[in-house]
Amino acid sequence: MSLELDRKIHDTLADANLQLAVYAATGRLKDKRIQSTADGVLPDYQELRTQANALKKHAIDNLDFYLEEFQRNVEAHGGKVVYCKDATEVSDFVLDLAKRRGSRLIVKSKSMTTEEVDLNERLEHHGLESVESDLGEYILQLAHEKPYHIVAPALHKTRYDVADIFTKELGVARETVPEKLTAIARGVLREKFLNADIGITGANFLIADSGAIAIIENEGNARLTTSVPKIHVAVAGIEKVIPRAQDLAVFLKLLARSATGQLLSVYASILAGPRRAGEVDGPEEFYVVLLDNGRTKLLPERSKRESLYCIRCGACLNACPVYRKIGGHSFPWVYSGPIGAIITPQFMGVTHEPGLPFASSLCGACGEVCPVKIDIPKVLLELRGEVRKSEAREGLNRIEKLAFRVFAWVMAHPRIYEMAGRLAASMAPAGEGKWIRSVPPPMSLGPLKAWLSERDLPPVPPKSFREMWRNR
Amino acid sequence: MSRDNILHKVRTALGRSAGQAVADLPPVRLRVPEVAMEDRIAQMRSRVEALSGKTARVPTMEAAREFVAGAIAGKTAVASNAPYLVECGISSLPGVRTGIGEVGELTEVCARVDIGITSADYALCDTGTLVMIASPAEARLVSLLPPAHVAIFPIERILTGLDELFTVLPDPAALSSSMVMITGPSQTADIEQILIRGVHGPGQITVVIVG
Repeated sequence: MSLELDRKIHDTLADANLQLAVYAATGRLKDKRIQSTADGVLPDYQELRTQANALKKHAIDNLDFYLEEFQRNVEAHGGKVVYCKDATEVSDFVLDLAKRRGSRLIVKSKSMTTEEVDLNERLEHHGLESVESDLGEYILQLAHEKPYHIVAPALHKTRYDVADIFTKELGVARETVPEKLTAIARGVLREKFLNADIGITGANFLIADSGAIAIIENEGNARLTTSVPKIHVAVAGIEKVIPRAQDLAVFLKLLARSATGQLLSVYASILAGPRRAGEVDGPEEFYVVLLDNGRTKLLPERSKRESLYCIRCGACLNACPVYRKIGGHSFPWVYSGPIGAIITPQFMGVTHEPGLPFASSLCGACGEVCPVKIDIPKVLLELRGEVRKSEAREGLNRIEKLAFRVFAWVMAHPRIYEMAGRLAASMAPAGEGKWIRSVPPPMSLGPLKAWLSERDLPPVPPKSFREMWRNR
Repeated sequence: MSRDNILHKVRTALGRSAGQAVADLPPVRLRVPEVAMEDRIAQMRSRVEALSGKTARVPTMEAAREFVAGAIAGKTAVASNAPYLVECGISSLPGVRTGIGEVGELTEVCARVDIGITSADYALCDTGTLVMIASPAEARLVSLLPPAHVAIFPIERILTGLDELFTVLPDPAALSSSMVMITGPSQTADIEQILIRGVHGPGQITVVIVG
């Protein structure tokens, strides 16, 4: 584990207010998911999961076919499809489009994919104004923070935090009532919507047979983003493609329930191309940006391919005992929780944050709640193996290996083992029957310090088992 | 170009060749239950009300007109160009702007009025959902910009749910550049998970079922 990850985890654990906020919020989301998928409410829940898994598996196994079909059909509706290999290509495309159309103001609706490529920062660096319009994302943009949670980005902020942010950044009178804070954001953002030149969204699904995208949301900001500005650009990972519009009947039921416990999200839009002849409103130009950004690296191995089935519902975060303690900002990239722990190392390389696949108790809750049945614990185990292999290649874990060789030798020699036990007991601090959370030098130095900082030791018993056995 | 490069990477990784057909596409899974019309209406109403929406069932188009007249009394409203609203006489109610065919004017009016009045192409009773297909008759902004949305439609348009909708409309994109399913008022829970209605879209929704 990197010291950075270690520090972030300890900071989160030490913040009692944050602990309470994250635990309460994820607990509520978790309960709502359970209620909305219960037998009495959705008797075919497990069947739907099986179907969703089969559809995703089929689409990813034949990804090139469906991407080509999607592109043909988008073009038939007068839209354009642009492939981008990385963050730079996405921002270059948008910048070029903005330049050609003389655009200045961009409104955005919530999209993890654009977070992944730091699109706002890149556009603003080139003098464009790019405004997030989802309330949670807007709060975070003003606070210059990354999303804390895939579906509830500002989950860690209290109303008082939001009040401070709005007062400081918007210069408004301080309000701490959530309704009033929401009304302030509505007012500011309404102006932005009405004056925006370009609307940028993500896409929950790319529908191959329709040449359409589906966007699921609760606030209406994605509808505004895709209806008011003259240009709509949707940015989506290539893995988002599904074969048929009819498959949405399966995915929509699962997504809303898994994310927030709703039967359906408030708005599910199916959008295909620009405004058609006779239609009164809607964009004049429609682009879909298909992003690779590392996704193709996950395809060769069948066992890892399934990480691309994810529909970003966030259920695994709410179910994860580790996420609920260490929170979203401990994770090194925009994707947090169990899904973040499996896709980040695969997108960025396992050495990006080698501790990540180990940030799990392997309890299996994430796999159990996943609406598309990704076997997250299995992928975590495979990634752990890869981290160890890469560390061995780079000679990084030589000390640990040596330590385990010594340990194995000690374990195989009973007398030495007993001596070592007595030695360790004499050096260990008096725990007075309690778990030992810190150890004195020399054990608190060097690599042992990092190793022990994550581990509490049981209290030293007055007599070892062997002594008791001899004196029985 | 990135397109060819990415598609090439995908094919190489999957062991597929260009233009290769697909096998074993899982069959479509749509289950349409039998639900009697009266039950559909009752479900629709209870679902919408559970989401803090208001509902009314009126026997005739004239009664629909009366209901809407009462609902918009003293307020400003815009109506979509839906023929059903014209047939009901709702479009010609005093204080209702309608027949707008130009986007600039539509945006300006929708951003200013209190209520947006539309019909609905379908309704889904098991979730309390309105299905709105963009067309010359139904603009997107009427159900989006005003703080309140009133939708009026005849009972025949009530479907059982998503599965029936996608049975009737296997490809919504063939009809329109936009189909939106609206389930309740616009909402957010981004501040301390406290539910607040009407963040960007309408905070109030009224469903009027005719027949």
